[in-house]
Amino acid sequence: MRSAISDQRSGVSGQPAASFQLSAVSFQPKDMPSLSAETSLGAAGTSARATGGWAVAFCLAGLFVATLAAQAQTVLIRNATVLTVTKGTIENGSVLIQDGKIAAVGKNLSAPAGATVVDGTGKFVSPGLIDCHSHTAVEGSVNEGSVSDSSMVNIADVLNPTDINIYRALAGGLTVSNVLHGSANSIGGQTIVIKLRWGKRAKDLIFEGAKPGIKFALGENPKRAGYPPDFFSATTQERRYPGTRLGVEDEIREDFTQAKIYQAKWKQYNERVARGEHPIPPRRDLRLEPLVEVLEGKRYVHAHSYRADEILALIRTADDMGFKIRTFQHVMEGYKVADEIAAHGAGASTFSDWYGYKYEVIDATPYNAAIMARKGVVVSLNSDSDELQRHLNWDAAKVIRYGGLTPDEALAMVTINPAKQLGIDDKVGSIEAGKSADLVLYDKHPLSNYAKVLAVWIDGHQYFDRDQDLKDREKLVAQKKELIDKEKADEEAARKKAAEERGGPEGRRRPEGAAPDAAKPKEGAPPKEGAKPNILQIGHQAGTDPVADQAKEGAL
Amino acid sequence: MKRLLGRRPCGALCAGLLFAIAASSIRGADAPWAVAIRDAKVVTVSGAELPHATVLVRDGLIEDVGSNLTIPADAWVIDGGALTVYPGFINALSTWGIAELAPAAGAGGRGTATPATAQPAATPAPRVHGPEDRPQTHSYERAADLVKPTDRRLEGVRAIGFTSSATFPNGGIFAGLGALINLDGQRGPDMVVAQPVGEQITLRTGGFRSGFPGSLMGVISYVRQLYLDLDQYQQAKAIYAAHVSGTPMPDYDHYLEGLAEAPRILLPADESQQIDRMVAFAKELKQPTVLYGLHEGFQRIDELKQANMPLLINLHWPERPRESNPADVPSLRELEVRANAPGVPALLAKAGVRFAFYSEGSETANDIKRQVKKAMDAGLSRADAIRALTLSAAEIYGVSDRLGSVDKGKIANLVVTKGDAFEDKTIVEYVFVDGKLFRPSKVPPASPAGGGGAGPRTAPAGANADLDESGEPGGDGGRN
Repeated sequence: MRSAISDQRSGVSGQPAASFQLSAVSFQPKDMPSLSAETSLGAAGTSARATGGWAVAFCLAGLFVATLAAQAQTVLIRNATVLTVTKGTIENGSVLIQDGKIAAVGKNLSAPAGATVVDGTGKFVSPGLIDCHSHTAVEGSVNEGSVSDSSMVNIADVLNPTDINIYRALAGGLTVSNVLHGSANSIGGQTIVIKLRWGKRAKDLIFEGAKPGIKFALGENPKRAGYPPDFFSATTQERRYPGTRLGVEDEIREDFTQAKIYQAKWKQYNERVARGEHPIPPRRDLRLEPLVEVLEGKRYVHAHSYRADEILALIRTADDMGFKIRTFQHVMEGYKVADEIAAHGAGASTFSDWYGYKYEVIDATPYNAAIMARKGVVVSLNSDSDELQRHLNWDAAKVIRYGGLTPDEALAMVTINPAKQLGIDDKVGSIEAGKSADLVLYDKHPLSNYAKVLAVWIDGHQYFDRDQDLKDREKLVAQKKELIDKEKADEEAARKKAAEERGGPEGRRRPEGAAPDAAKPKEGAPPKEGAKPNILQIGHQAGTDPVADQAKEGAL
Repeated sequence: MKRLLGRRPCGALCAGLLFAIAASSIRGADAPWAVAIRDAKVVTVSGAELPHATVLVRDGLIEDVGSNLTIPADAWVIDGGALTVYPGFINALSTWGIAELAPAAGAGGRGTATPATAQPAATPAPRVHGPEDRPQTHSYERAADLVKPTDRRLEGVRAIGFTSSATFPNGGIFAGLGALINLDGQRGPDMVVAQPVGEQITLRTGGFRSGFPGSLMGVISYVRQLYLDLDQYQQAKAIYAAHVSGTPMPDYDHYLEGLAEAPRILLPADESQQIDRMVAFAKELKQPTVLYGLHEGFQRIDELKQANMPLLINLHWPERPRESNPADVPSLRELEVRANAPGVPALLAKAGVRFAFYSEGSETANDIKRQVKKAMDAGLSRADAIRALTLSAAEIYGVSDRLGSVDKGKIANLVVTKGDAFEDKTIVEYVFVDGKLFRPSKVPPASPAGGGGAGPRTAPAGANADLDESGEPGGDGGRN
């Protein structure tokens, strides 16, 4: 079902044109912030399909550093509809960006000397969107699925800043992602909040000051890995504990029990050292340390969950063991236990209208977000998808249809609410003076299906410019063609040279069947006629079945 | 047993060049003998090039190098008038000498093999529960114990001038302790020049459902855990040694003993983001680190210079797959890497970063030759290419006191060519490994100028490769 959406909404240029509305907009590129000549941020992303594909788009990764964002800019976005989210909507308003922060918001702001002025007439400014559940920019598997507690692994170790999905998400107005480990185990890996600073290095993606997290998972995913080895795949491994929901709870309880013992061991060690003794230090355990941090409130728990019973069970376990769940992720039956979630102080990060994709998600409703919100839960809408993260604003719009939330409440679910869940609402999530200048300029109201992202700023640096993107696409296609042509020419030259050295225009050829390479059939490939005399011998050497070889021989 | 025997020149002040074959087992104990390469161009690498110098080899060592040497009476003389002498080339990371690790024809290079995803076993393997089970850890295995002169690859690579290799056992995540070896010897142990020279870490993963660690982040966390364990292990041993009475004895851990022994670690760093990751990881692990791979190094020249870590560049440049589907369009990134990877050595040389070469995935000698040439075509000077293949590799592994240059007192590993190294028409005339002479060229050498007598007799083509231990003479007579 997601793929259907993805086909229709693959990118900016795939959207309905809505030309009658476009004509009403006086979008003036000359008023956009000036771009340095070497700016190459562009072509990728949003419209891979329109320009010849994925491959073209992918290229940007690592090739172009976003010089666009090199300098902190002073920018005044003028005369736009400013959707502050927390302080209402300002018609014909202005936002002043200075030193990476929002310096002022209001009507009639004047541009300081040297400021770039963006004419926002007819346009809309929203805070940068925030995705509380993402797996973008992870290199390698998002799951360390081999063990039931993989808390020793850390997503921050494998961030890949060249993942083109960063740019594509950016082009859809996303500025912050909570990058999570997968849900293969009861306690998964450590997680990290990033800003989508396309073109920067991995370490520069990390959201400074955002508390790191850890992924938990309940229900089918963690217990499914406990099935017998031949159930899903030809794994060589013994089956893994747990194989039931009861076991998942027990696993979490057991791991936290170990974490407490570990905590005590270090406490005892430090006391002995303080007494002047010479104890051998305990072994540092990378698996238990993050759990100790959870117990000490230094790390958030993001728990993948679907059913009401498992949600309640985890709340009980957390209360018993003395830690807090920061967010329930997916939380599709959250509407049944919203009071309990609110009482625990947890947030809920769910899908707008995606459910029924497996049995444990069957008793779900698109009214989930609205019901939980009305019960006092801080609710966000997340993507869990490289595709869906490119238009979270549209998912937000759905809670107006399903549940009758106001536009501000809807936008909050992809801006300030996920910011609250991630503990970064003092820095991002709304348009207020003093917050980071993470802003999106749309041509229409972001809750409209027709809205396109025109520009995106993170920390006051512009990381996306739709106009520039469109311009740069041809350049990239040309650059690619040049490389392919050169490669071909070089190969041709080398071939000619080799042929000449062999003493003829085409060189000497080995007699058919005499060359070792020609005589050796590829494994599994049918033998060629010319190789017939060698089949039996080679087949046996390769360790294949002589009977089968004889059959082939007969067939020939 | 089929062995490769070098031929030993001997006899008194020959006019030309005579060959004698003797069982090399007696070489060390044999009567002193010497070879003088006279009037050759000597590329010392450590210092200036000597246009007309003599290199004197005796008892496996370079006895002397210089312009006005007196040639000893007992030395065989090679007239070097048309020849160039280089230090023997060093492959800075390979499995040469471990025949079991020679890739099968058509197989991928190192790093593509993932033991954990090999044939499914009939019965489930014991589950790896975590770092405590030390998965894919061969940290204690020694290349020095595994190398043998019978590896069939050695003959081919000697023929293009390789005389040494930093050979690693190459299995799992912790691939084991490497040894700097000479590419010839009577037995395995004879080949070892220095060991251990490092621990190779591969970051291999077995994939989802293959047991811990099954992801890149899992492997990284595992490596991190092992070095934390090592730290604790060493502290524990020290505390125990100082306070034996009353302190519980720490358990012996041979995995950690292996790690402790390695003077440096080798971390894989090919793509730009992986280079960033491994530079940071090396600092975190606080181990002297050598990075290997570097095909996207052109994206990170400044950072690599700043990181100040020695680099091993894989000569196996990415190329268009020979049998690629014409409908498959490579990404621009792929194209950029193919176009720019061979230029990485030139960029690093210009930036003054120390690097050496290795050849993962290029197993034929001709491939390696072609790949070095490709780096030179992309701007690397011949001098820098030679340095990367000789002294830089020796410096990186801490053996520059005995290998890597044509200097008095060093091990006699030499390549003698007619023509400049790595040019298409160049012929490798002689290769000395640990003082033992090989004659890889099957082309009879032209009559040398001068030398005061008749030209040398030439050995039958390919003789030295095909002789067995019976010591059948391949040239003229025995020793005089």
